[in-house]
Amino acid sequence: MNKLELISTLKNEANISKAEAAEVVQIFFDSMTDALTRGDRVEIRGLCSFYVKEYKSYTGRNPKTGDKVLISPKKLPFFKCGKELKERVDY
Amino acid sequence: MALTKTNIVDQVQERIGYSRKRSSDLVENLIEIIKDTIGKGEDVLVSGFGKFCVKEKGARKGRNPATGNDMMLDQRKVVTFKCSSVLRDRINEDN
Repeated sequence: MNKLELISTLKNEANISKAEAAEVVQIFFDSMTDALTRGDRVEIRGLCSFYVKEYKSYTGRNPKTGDKVLISPKKLPFFKCGKELKERVDY
Repeated sequence: MALTKTNIVDQVQERIGYSRKRSSDLVENLIEIIKDTIGKGEDVLVSGFGKFCVKEKGARKGRNPATGNDMMLDQRKVVTFKCSSVLRDRINEDN
């Protein structure tokens, strides 16, 4: 399911216009993006949580050529699946 | 400070102008749709944010750390998240 399908499903279930559904979906993911950009955690009970993990620089290798490459430090969102979602996926 | 459902409901209320109850219902509804889709084993792809994928893990041999007994762990499904390059770049902007 992609963002458009998410919007149309919400539109049908909640009886709102497509524009309104699109706005709710946009606000939902924008809020999470903004929080992670600030370096804040995100905790959606039952769904998932995220925190920004900092990775140090390291020497990696290009798997194709075998060349050494220096990977600069980076930050990535670290995803943790919520308890309820975990149980629903793996019943 | 962690972002929670309350903050998202605040945003919906502020930006669209719905009542508190309506904003909260819509956010809950959206979360339920996402959980239901992933729960059925279907991936959720959100452009600009990332994708939530359902991955099947094979059965493997494990050990009970308390007793040291060998045991077989059944195959299971887990949810993984792959960050989109847009989100990744935004998080790393200040570097």
